[in-house]
Amino acid sequence: MLETIREILSYGFIVRALVVGLLVSLCAALLGVSLVLKRYSMIGDGLSHVGFGTLAAATALHLAPLSVAIPVSVATAFLLLRISGNSKIKGDAAIALISTGSMAVGVVIISMTTGMNTDVCNYLFGSILAMSLSDVRLSVVLAIVVLVLFTFFYSKIFAVTFDDDFARATGVKSGLYNMLIALLTAVTIVLGMRMMGALLISSLTIFPALTSMRLCKKFSTVTVCSVAVSVICFLIGVFSSYVYATPTGASVVIVNIAAFILFWILKFVPWARVRRLFGAKTDLSEKGA
Amino acid sequence: MAFITCRDVSFAYDGATAVSGLNFKVDRGDYLCIVGENGSGKTTLLRGLLKLKQPSSGSVLTGDGLKQNEIGYLPQQTAAQRDFPASAYEVVLSGRLSSRGLLPFYSRSDKAEARENMSRLGVLNLKNRCYRELSGGQQQRVLLARALCATSKLLLLDEPAAGLDPVVRQELYREIELINGERDITVIMVSHDIESAVRYASHILHLRREQVFFGTAAEYTASAAGINFLGGSTDA
Repeated sequence: MLETIREILSYGFIVRALVVGLLVSLCAALLGVSLVLKRYSMIGDGLSHVGFGTLAAATALHLAPLSVAIPVSVATAFLLLRISGNSKIKGDAAIALISTGSMAVGVVIISMTTGMNTDVCNYLFGSILAMSLSDVRLSVVLAIVVLVLFTFFYSKIFAVTFDDDFARATGVKSGLYNMLIALLTAVTIVLGMRMMGALLISSLTIFPALTSMRLCKKFSTVTVCSVAVSVICFLIGVFSSYVYATPTGASVVIVNIAAFILFWILKFVPWARVRRLFGAKTDLSEKGA
Repeated sequence: MAFITCRDVSFAYDGATAVSGLNFKVDRGDYLCIVGENGSGKTTLLRGLLKLKQPSSGSVLTGDGLKQNEIGYLPQQTAAQRDFPASAYEVVLSGRLSSRGLLPFYSRSDKAEARENMSRLGVLNLKNRCYRELSGGQQQRVLLARALCATSKLLLLDEPAAGLDPVVRQELYREIELINGERDITVIMVSHDIESAVRYASHILHLRREQVFFGTAAEYTASAAGINFLGGSTDA
């Protein structure tokens, strides 16, 4: 196994993909906790479809894909948040509208320019070959920005996630922090999209959060746990995709499904009794507390 | 000047008036209960007082040195919260945010205040418990502790006793009475429970999509609106 790992790391493109993937999984897991709890899970999915449309348009116009896709996705994220706040159009319908709409635009643009080839497949399901050195640089910078902002505003993000009305009523500018969450999500989704695929990227935001919520009972532990779950699942996913020659994005999602099932089963373990059986004093899980 | 003064205030949703003709004031130290049937505009008014909703006409004035970040609020619980992974302590501590401004982390005094409010309401022993696993009464106490972390002046409560059993409900009312009496925190509460309202509150505001009555609790029990709403059960 060590031999395989050394072999994997000898490929430059895999190392690049690993760096970008790890950073994206980390950011996605952090933001995912808030998105899932705010019932915004579908925003990530919608944004990735918009990302697909803009990537197609950018390629057709011979523009740098990320420099077009990031601002467009950010703008869409703001739009979706505004729509969710408006009771006239329901948020989920608006997301479905925008995501299928931009998907259709993307497909039409691609078929008119390059035609339906492997590029389309790579956009939809991701490709580990997609990362260039400039992508790595951009990812590192943006991941640092996401991390710093999330840490700096952690308590505010908790407050607007738990109780938006209370936060607003007591003078916290919740609109600003919701925008921040949407902005960081849009950036993360676009960064991870080409490796994970437009159809699969939103799983990186949703799975780790839901998985850790099976066991953890504090916001802080849920956040830390989902980052750990996300990063570990990503590494196992990439490794197994190399060994079994399966698509990277889909492999990572499969590992995430396995982790979710594992945590869900662990939830039913009577921790108090297990601890008594082994006479252990260490409190490994909060379950028995 | 009073903490809150409402002059000819109305609130509307999409042009349809929800409640109108509001003229009342709340002074420091008052305990005001807003009563009325379902859909009479109580919660709308409360959201207006919290500046979560703008009045469609008239003006809501705050005075006596009351700032927006000095208001404590106990909202009705949402479905999402009942299923939220957070410890009771994390929830209470978030009440301190409004006084932090842009500073990112809680200070030692914030944590001390959160603990003090939890112990005052008898929920300090639940500090590390998961919020969603607490009973309804415990959850309300945790949210009340959070509201107290946000204010030392004015507390707004939206049906705090909804869904609680009678014993727990009375305990909660007594707690709120203490907050009003001993800590000199002004209380504005939306309530369904008219008997407790006249028993504990100093003032009553009765709404029926407009202002039916505003005055002291004693005046209310003697008024036509009060006798009618209390179901003729008051001999006092």
